[in-house]
Parts: sequence; structure tokens; C-alpha cells
Amino acid sequence: MAPESQPMFDTDEIVLNMGPQHPSTHGVLRVVLRLDGERVVGSDVVIGYLHRGIEKLCENRDWTQIVLLTDRMDYVAAATNNVGYCQTVEKLMSIEVPRRARYLRTIMCELQRIASHCLWLGTHAMDIGAMTVFLYAFRERELILDLFEEYCGARLTYNSMRIGGLPLDIPPGWDKKVLAFCDIMDTKLVEYEQLLTHNRIWLERTKGVGVISAEEAVAIGLSGPPLRGSGVKHDIRKDEPYAAYDEMQFEVPVGEAGDTYDRYLVRIEEFRQSVKIIRQAIEGLPEGPITGKVPRLIKPPAGETYHAIESPKGELGYFIAADGKSTAPYRFRVRPPSFCNLQALPRLIQGHLVADVVALIGSVDVVLGEVDR
Amino acid sequence: MIDAIVLPLLKILVVLNAVLVGVTFMVLLERKVIAWAQARLGPMRVGPYGMLQPIADVLKLMVKEDITPAKADKWVFTAAPMIALIPALIVFAVVPFGPEVSIFGRRVTLAITDLNVGLLYVVSVTSIGVYGIILAGWASNSKFPLLASLRASAQLISYEVAVTMILVSMVVSAGTLSMAGIIDAQYQQGVWYAFAQPLAFVVFFIGGLAETNRAPFDMPEAEQELTGGFHTEYSGMRFALFFLAEYANMIVVSCVATTLFLGGWLQPFPNVSALSFLGFVPGWMWFLGKTFVFLYVFLWIRATLPRYRYDQLMRIGWKVLIPLGIANVVVSAVLKVLL
Repeated sequence: MAPESQPMFDTDEIVLNMGPQHPSTHGVLRVVLRLDGERVVGSDVVIGYLHRGIEKLCENRDWTQIVLLTDRMDYVAAATNNVGYCQTVEKLMSIEVPRRARYLRTIMCELQRIASHCLWLGTHAMDIGAMTVFLYAFRERELILDLFEEYCGARLTYNSMRIGGLPLDIPPGWDKKVLAFCDIMDTKLVEYEQLLTHNRIWLERTKGVGVISAEEAVAIGLSGPPLRGSGVKHDIRKDEPYAAYDEMQFEVPVGEAGDTYDRYLVRIEEFRQSVKIIRQAIEGLPEGPITGKVPRLIKPPAGETYHAIESPKGELGYFIAADGKSTAPYRFRVRPPSFCNLQALPRLIQGHLVADVVALIGSVDVVLGEVDR
Repeated sequence: MIDAIVLPLLKILVVLNAVLVGVTFMVLLERKVIAWAQARLGPMRVGPYGMLQPIADVLKLMVKEDITPAKADKWVFTAAPMIALIPALIVFAVVPFGPEVSIFGRRVTLAITDLNVGLLYVVSVTSIGVYGIILAGWASNSKFPLLASLRASAQLISYEVAVTMILVSMVVSAGTLSMAGIIDAQYQQGVWYAFAQPLAFVVFFIGGLAETNRAPFDMPEAEQELTGGFHTEYSGMRFALFFLAEYANMIVVSCVATTLFLGGWLQPFPNVSALSFLGFVPGWMWFLGKTFVFLYVFLWIRATLPRYRYDQLMRIGWKVLIPLGIANVVVSAVLKVLL
């Protein structure tokens, strides 16, 4: 029997297990929500369902084989991962990469940024219920996959970089096709924006949802669009240029409010900037070799280095320690942007409704392959 | 004998079958329309242009395993889909599909019955349907459906009020509760109520979207949030009943909107003699055509708009639509007295 002091009706929080099999957790993310009605009073983000031990695997593969493993992390922008890894090893071995290769890397990174943002836009809009944007965005992503298929034969995991440069030169006419894609993208972006940017429902669903201040964003260690959405102008492409970004003219869009809508606007503007960069890179594409002087047996000298690039999702960093003796890294560690950005999720969804939880998971833009590695 | 039993039974048979077939093809239409909006083809494999897809869908749902979760309340779990579907079907009893016609020399009204409280009947019967959703969510004994059923009940209550207010002002304007009477009133007054009372039309349409749980108010089944909502635990034919109920409700709302606002079976500008040549199209075709327009808009909206959030939906309901509905009643009553 209940003690007399207790009220007749007891209200209780319910624990709702969202994921790992849930349509809107973008893979196998599991969020355990404690709900008061539909309001989130506590949450616990559980990861690890896609852990494949990539870092440990890398410590047992030789330096060239690792490129292929990095594909499997952020599989929606695989070429970006390749670039990050190859540049880290090049830094470790002080290999000079030819200018043409650096330009091609820039083009591929930006194509991947568009592809990744297409996937983000589609799924994010779908989570909020705008199902048409999903198919529109995937239609354009398909064109990028076709371009990559023409370049390297693969559509998702490209293995498209080598230490010191690229494995293949671009096929004839490929640059024209990329330019044609840029023109298509410009018109299609207008289409996405017509459906969402000034849509009253979209505004109500995203404005003021999941606000994170600039200080907090920095403290949590956010990077990429979630950081810039809060108004911090930090972009590794500008701050520590790699590949050919120092020769490109582009803007770094930032938001003000740090809410879901600003993160959306930042990414939409990044589409435009990426198209701009690709155009410049194609027009200024120099002739020349595509690989630098790389020893036949890749064996970096003893030492360690950290190198970060701006992946579509934020700062993608590789820490590699070499012992100078073996043909595999002594220690291989990745700083994945999705993993670090995901830390903000419990903070973001606190006090919001269940419907906002899916909007915010989409807004942070995580890829579970990268979170778990 | 014929008038009392055979004719009504025949009508029920025809309407019921038409509605059920209509629902299955409505599903095909939805898939096709949304596919066109989304730059894809939709069903193409079953029959030419996927025209036979509904048959395949129904067959699939019938032969699927019908699972009852171990912890579900079995009786309620079984009853819930029926409670959802039956009201959606029996509303059609008062829907006037056309004026009196003569078939084999016999005068037949193209409605199963013309109740003198037709509109009241519509309101009361459609509100039973939500019990199906609430009970389904509760009986599933699962958290996502439970949340969905809570959403559904809150949503239905808020929008029922606004819609009822609009119906009241329609009754005030027409001076009758009978569905056929309202169409006649629009003929007599020479104007479709969509033009006489545009505000009421808009509020009714938004309320109708919310009441049928359609986008952008499809919170109770919000796939991306609640993984299907109240029918998460349902499968096979029981799931199909919910599906049928949803689409039947869409047709009901479209039929009621046609009757109240677009002059039912009337041709456009029935009082203008210059347009009388339109009379060669029978009334029931006008009715079905107008209903189709509504249904198409339902689908179009689903393909275009994101989903509202539950609290925003409640805010619109209580703070915008209900005050507008009440104001509309007052204004139309005052005008009715003055004019």
C-alpha cells in the first residue's frame, strides 16, 4: 500500500529507447530518452553499434592499404577521408604533392562536400517531414556518384587517393562534366530553397530549436557547420589551407543564432561556395604529373604528427605515430568530426520535444561509420 | 417493399464497394502523384503504369502474417482497427452524391439516405474514429504507439471544435442540417459557400487535414519520429484496416467539403443561363470531380510541406482556428439576421 503522503495519481517519466533501429537516427545511433510527456528531461546517447576497430586495423596494415580503410569511416564523403589520411602521411614523410594533384584533390573534396550535404539536406528535411526534398537532393547526389564512378570506378568507397598524389588522372572530358554538374547544382539549389528556406512550417520547426552559443560550441569542441552556425568563423580550409585551398576564392558562411535554422543556412551556403571552388579549380587546373616523388616502400621516419582537414562535417584529424622500423603505423588515431559533434546532442535536445530530437540529430549531421569507426 | 429494403440495400452495396475500391486506387494515386512531384515514376511493375498495384497491395496485406504482440491487450488490439474503419465507412450514408435521378422509371436519390440531421450525424460519427487510434495505441502496450495515441487524442479534440464551429456557421447560412438541403441552399442563394465564406472554407480545410491526420499534421503516425505511430505494432490485415480508415476519412472530408463549400453536385454557376450547356454532365460527376480536386490537394500538400510539431499544431488549433471559427459563427449569424 502506498504511503498516505503520496498523491492519488502518480506521474512518472517514461524511458523511450530511440534506436538503434529507428528511421531517423541516421544509422545505428541509439538515444535513450527520459520523457516527461513528450518533453525530453534527460538523454543518453549510446554509440558503438558500428564499431569495426578501424584504428586498430590500420595499425596492422601497410601504409597504402590504410587508404582503403579510411573510406569506411565517413562513407558519404569517402574521398575526403582519403585526402586527410594521405596528407598526414605526406606531412610525416615531407613529400611534395604536385600542383595538379592538389587541384584535383580540392575538386574531389568539394564534390564530396556537396554529396555529403545533399545527403544531410535530404535526410534532415525528411526527418522534419518534407519528403520531396529528400528525393531531390538524392537526385543531385547521384550525379556526383556518377562522376566518381567515371573517375575511379566506385560509387561509394572510392579509394581514390594515394600517398603523394592520385592513382589516376581524370578521364578526358571529365572536367567538362564537372562544370556541367556545377551549373545543374546552381539551379537545383534554388529548388531546395524554394521548398524550405522561407517555408513557414520549416521556420517554425527549426528556428530557436537546439540553440547553442558560440562559447558553448567551442567548449564542447564542435567543428564544421554546427560551429559556424553559432557564429564562430573557423574553417580549416581558410585557417590552415591544405590542397589548393590557398589559391581559391571563397567565403566561409557563419550563422548568428546557433539554432537549427542557422546550421541549415550555413550548409546551404556551403553548397554555393563549394560550387564556386570547383569552378575555380577546374578553370585553373594546371597540367603536370599527378604523383610526387614517393619511395617504392613507404616507411615514414620515426615521429608523430597530427593533421586536420575540413571534412563536410567538421574537423577531420589524423594522428599518426610511426616508429620508423615497421611498414605499419605504430599508432593510428582519428579525430572524427561526427563523434565530437555528437557530444553536443544531449545538450541540444534537453528540454525539447521528441519531434525536435530527430530534427537535431539531423542538424548535427552525423555519420555513424565515422562516430564508431 | 422495393423502396424500403431493396433500394437502400443496393445503394449501400454500391457505395461501400465504390468507397473500398476508391480507397485502394486512392493509395495508388497518392503514390503516383507524390512520385511525380518527386521526379520519379512510382509503381510501374504491376500492370500498365502500375495500374494494378492496388490489387497486389491488398493481396500482400491479406496474406501477411497477422501478429499480435504478446503483451498486447488482445481484444482491444483486435477491436481498434474496426473502430477506426467502421465510422469512416458509415459516414457515407448521408453523403449526397447527386440529385434525384430516374433509373428504370423510378425516382432515386443518389444518397443512401437524406437525414434531416445529416451534418450532425457526420460530426458525431467521424469523432468516433479517433477511439480506434487511441485504443490501438493503448492496446499495443508499447511506447511509441502510446505517445502517438496521446497526440491523436489531443489533436482530434482541438480540431474537432474548430471544424464544428465552421459547420455551425454553415448551418446558420443554409438554415438546415440536411446535406442535400445545404446544397439546395447554395443553389437558391446562387453562390457556393467557398466564395460566400472563404474564411470558413480555409479553416475547415486546415481542420480537415488535421482531423484526418494528413500532412502537415500527420503527427500521430509521424514515421520519422514515432516509427509509424499508433500502427507500429500492427501488421497484415489489421494494419490494412487502419490504412483503409485513413483514406476513407480523406474521402469523407473531401465529400463533406464538396457538399458544404463547392455546391455538391451543382454545376458551376447553375443560375447563369449562359453556362447551362454544362448541364450535360450529370450531377454525380460534378460531385466526384470536386471531391477529386480536394483529394488531389491533400496529396499535393503531403508532397510539399514539412510536418508541424505537436505543440505548434495545438497552438494553431486553439489560438488561431477556434477563435476564427467562433468569429465566423458570430459574423454569419449577425449577417443572417440583418440581411
